[in-house]
Amino acid sequence: MNILKEVEKEQIAKLSEGKNFPEFKAGDTLKVHTKVKEGDRERIQVYEGVCIARKNDGLNSSFTVRKISFGEGVERVFPLYSPNIAKIEVSRIGKVRRAKLYFLRALRGRSARIADDLSASAKAKDAE
Amino acid sequence: MRTGLIAKKLGMSRIFEANGTHVPVTVLSVDNLQVVAVKTQEKDGYTAVQLGTGAVKAKNVSKALKGHFAKANVEPKKKLGEFRVSEDCLLSVGSELSVEHFVCGQYVDVCATSIGKGFAGVMKRHNFAGLEASHGVSISHRSHGSTGQRQDPGKVFKGKKMAGHMGAERVTVQNLKVVAIDADKGLIMVKGGVPGGENAWVRITDAVKKTANVELPLPAGLKKVDAPVAVKAETADNA
Repeated sequence: MNILKEVEKEQIAKLSEGKNFPEFKAGDTLKVHTKVKEGDRERIQVYEGVCIARKNDGLNSSFTVRKISFGEGVERVFPLYSPNIAKIEVSRIGKVRRAKLYFLRALRGRSARIADDLSASAKAKDAE
Repeated sequence: MRTGLIAKKLGMSRIFEANGTHVPVTVLSVDNLQVVAVKTQEKDGYTAVQLGTGAVKAKNVSKALKGHFAKANVEPKKKLGEFRVSEDCLLSVGSELSVEHFVCGQYVDVCATSIGKGFAGVMKRHNFAGLEASHGVSISHRSHGSTGQRQDPGKVFKGKKMAGHMGAERVTVQNLKVVAIDADKGLIMVKGGVPGGENAWVRITDAVKKTANVELPLPAGLKKVDAPVAVKAETADNA
């Protein structure tokens, strides 16, 4: 098992080379810059939404981003170490009390909003 | 025909490719794999190599096996396995095999003992549909249906699929692609699943049904280059 973990660790180091993943948690609003291939051209597409879950499992780590697109809820699960992710930006830090925000799926409009964590965003700004 | 390797299944992982796709892989580890004996046409009537791997305490080895290992001048091994090879692929006793025996991109067959499932019903064992959830079915929702006809033939045919023991049998998975080789750690990564649980012994051989489109090391991928490579050097040159 340890050798397996070592192998995965090596791959994580290789994949996160030159990338700077920001710290984020469920409740934060993210801008995920994904690489999209169109024919032989590659461009960056930004997917913005609320991170409703994070899965921490080494190389298999992933996070779920939910947004409302044309009145329809859309959720995308991104593998954290996918080479398709060019950049992750945290645009807002939310104040939530649980790790998985699956209850947002049942909510719409004002009630589905997440309050800003002002003290955390101030801290993040100071750090910059 | 080349020899295969005996490896230990470490578990499953994934490999991210540069183009964004990812490949599910099983990680197999080859460690301390040596030729323990050689079967020759003259002496045994067929040609094969016997490989041994894994460390075992000397006190747990029977006297007979101790003698067998002493004859080959190798450490006692936990797992022994024989591979039929063609005469030009015979190896010298004591030579150590490396994972570089296999090459990235080639296809292999992997053989191991599957995880035991115990006494399993027909739905799990043979993918039967079971009976209905309602419409008068009681208690037997997961059972099989009829097992035959009427007075003629008046018996259940042999081989009828029924509930019974499942798993813990020798299973071969064919045509798995070798995705990566790590020679330093002695790891082979093949695409997809492999029978057996973690730490299970598996036999890896060149795929029977797919010819390799890459150059394979002949007679085998050995660890020590300076050691005598083949028993019959002249036949190895011909191949």
